[in-house]
Amino acid sequence: MGRFKVFKSLVRDSLDITTHGSKKYHFWMGFLTLVMLVGMYCYFLQLEEGLAITGMTDRVSWGLYIANFTFLVGVAAAAVMLVMPTYVLKDIDFKQAVLIGEGLAVAALIMCLAFVVADMGGPSRLWHMLPVIGVFNFPNSMLTWDVLVLNGYLFLNLSIPFYILFRHYQGKEANPKVYIPGALLSVFWAVAIHLVTAFLYQGLQARPFWNNALLGPRFLASAFAAGPALIILVLALIRKFTPFVIQDTTLKKIAMVVTVAAQINLIMLISELFKEFYAPTHHSESAYYLFFGLDGKTALLPWIWTAIALNVLATVILTFHKLRNNFNILFFACGMLFVGIWIEKGFGLIVPGFIPGPYGKIAEYTPTWVEIGVTLGIWAMGAFIFTLLAKTAIGIETKSLRYKGNAKA
Amino acid sequence: MAKEKQQKKWFSLDLGSNKQTSANSCGCGKNEGGCGSHKPETTSRPDGYRQYFGQKMDRRDAFRKLTASLMVGAGAVSTSCSFIAGDESKEKAQIDWEEQFKGNYKLMTEDEKKATVDRLVRSYQLRTGKTLKMSSQDALDNVLYGYAFNISKCQGYMDCVNACVEENNQDRKSEMQYIRIHEMQDGKGFNFNEADDNYYHEVPAQGHFYMGTQCFHCDNPPCVDVCPVEATWREKDGLVVVDYDWCVGCRYCMAACPYDGRRFNWSKPEVPETEVNKDQHYLGNRMRKKGVVEKCTFCVQRSRAGKDPACVEACPTGARIFGNLLDPNSTIRWVLENKKVFRLKEDLGTEPKFWYFMD
Repeated sequence: MGRFKVFKSLVRDSLDITTHGSKKYHFWMGFLTLVMLVGMYCYFLQLEEGLAITGMTDRVSWGLYIANFTFLVGVAAAAVMLVMPTYVLKDIDFKQAVLIGEGLAVAALIMCLAFVVADMGGPSRLWHMLPVIGVFNFPNSMLTWDVLVLNGYLFLNLSIPFYILFRHYQGKEANPKVYIPGALLSVFWAVAIHLVTAFLYQGLQARPFWNNALLGPRFLASAFAAGPALIILVLALIRKFTPFVIQDTTLKKIAMVVTVAAQINLIMLISELFKEFYAPTHHSESAYYLFFGLDGKTALLPWIWTAIALNVLATVILTFHKLRNNFNILFFACGMLFVGIWIEKGFGLIVPGFIPGPYGKIAEYTPTWVEIGVTLGIWAMGAFIFTLLAKTAIGIETKSLRYKGNAKA
Repeated sequence: MAKEKQQKKWFSLDLGSNKQTSANSCGCGKNEGGCGSHKPETTSRPDGYRQYFGQKMDRRDAFRKLTASLMVGAGAVSTSCSFIAGDESKEKAQIDWEEQFKGNYKLMTEDEKKATVDRLVRSYQLRTGKTLKMSSQDALDNVLYGYAFNISKCQGYMDCVNACVEENNQDRKSEMQYIRIHEMQDGKGFNFNEADDNYYHEVPAQGHFYMGTQCFHCDNPPCVDVCPVEATWREKDGLVVVDYDWCVGCRYCMAACPYDGRRFNWSKPEVPETEVNKDQHYLGNRMRKKGVVEKCTFCVQRSRAGKDPACVEACPTGARIFGNLLDPNSTIRWVLENKKVFRLKEDLGTEPKFWYFMD
């Protein structure tokens, strides 16, 4: 009963804090709302016309939506790189960042689910997947595994920070015995969500470009580079615009994680390139299409080479301590890495899987404006959700948001 | 009319809905590219948002679209309107409601199967005033369907493609086809990479041979495993089928198929009423909806009724052979036992029930 009252007060307080703020804050939220509205309109067009309004065809049947989904699962999984040091290795420097990281994971997961729904031909039939009333093809279909692990991870990343913040809101310490088991579980779970997402593609003998044992590990490496890179950028912004204190050492330690992951990612890239191009087989054609184009079809060339350049440059910059420890350069490198991996792991991975087709047909894919509108809308929704979560969390952590009902009760 | 019919090419599928396509073709017989006399299509369909923002929309149209957007996903809307509507639209709303919330066909009892088939037939009658015949016939005992393709005989006429489209009520607007005929060059072997599966010229072309592909009804179908809702499965007689009403449209099966055997309804499929094949099967050629996957079913509506699939019947050269693999006296068994047969991508372990052979 008492808890419920506190919860009601928390909801009221967080509504209060998220609807008040500086002019910049309101401008930011207004901007995101506008983009979301445009995205919703585009999605409405798609619902009415069908997916024909996107650039996808029978030849390239997955596109921008699934590409973003894949990338964002990685961003969500990256929260583990903050959770593990904080809760398992008890590294105090990560403590401030971990709640932000988990908030980012929640936003990324909601975006993932939104992208999957946007990609569905029959979203009104999605209940077919629900247990009891629907049919859930578990364990045969990797997609059902993915539904399970993504929702489980979402639950973990909602409940752990909620418990901690709920305690702090009442001015009490959180009991480690309650949240440590969950945190430990979420460490394994984070690896699972990304590995399972990789298996989604890796398990298809029909697509040699994906049917590759390195795909899963490579997913993890690129995720642990791109995700924490985004966290660094977000923390930098939070440091600038809010009273929330984030130590330099925190950023530097996360930068270390990014660096190592980016290096491993690059090694795996080299291994992949070697395999595809040293002794090219029939199965290397997708890689040829991606990097050099096939039959004069070269749509992905500018993208992938931009991505490679960004990745290599960012990794080199991060490798040197002097450069990495200069925050302006660090933020720049993190931005490059984030964009580079988004390209490489997004449509740089999904689209070539379909090109050439099963019988060698080369049909290219270009997203339409409606598709891009929906995509931007979902990204705006993610940023919107993250801002709401972060603002409440920061309010509680900086002690400006506290339960006031205790005295009366 | 008769002349026009004669000139009808398989590719334009000129069954009334898209006459303008064939009007574009010039002397070279191609629709685009190649001969140099084609101008790029200037009146092409605008892409993406321009279809909407760049288009004049009167107020009523805009209002309708706005209203529809508010009602997205609300199947109940039609039901709620039924207070003021007549009996027929009430019945229609009732049918739509029950159809929306019915279960997976694979798991239905005989009665449930019959009920949904009756609803679909009635619904079509209410909408168009026409009656159709829909079967829910199950797989027969001791039947396993198989298919063989004689590469020596096929001349690339594509009568099979036309027959398939007409038999199976495929979307005319997007010119969906289950069968692809690959034109290969003599002396290059089975080189799919250099083959043309989209040719627009007189056949048989000199120095070429032809090979058809479609769904191979694998005995170990990768597409079935990946479906998250079991909307596609292998029937007892070996047919790999889709429950169009249960499919959620994730297209994972399309990514999993190594043979390009599946097609997706990217928009609402359109078949002119007069051309609808009204002899239907629930798992076969009944009308599909927007956003679901479909595929070749070896014409389940025909094969389970003891007939050959439409492609086999239509083939003028006798290159296509269909039959029961469990019947030792069937032609297909004779082919398998007496010809040097092979299958595509056997290394993938999918066990297709579609064999190729040469005379």
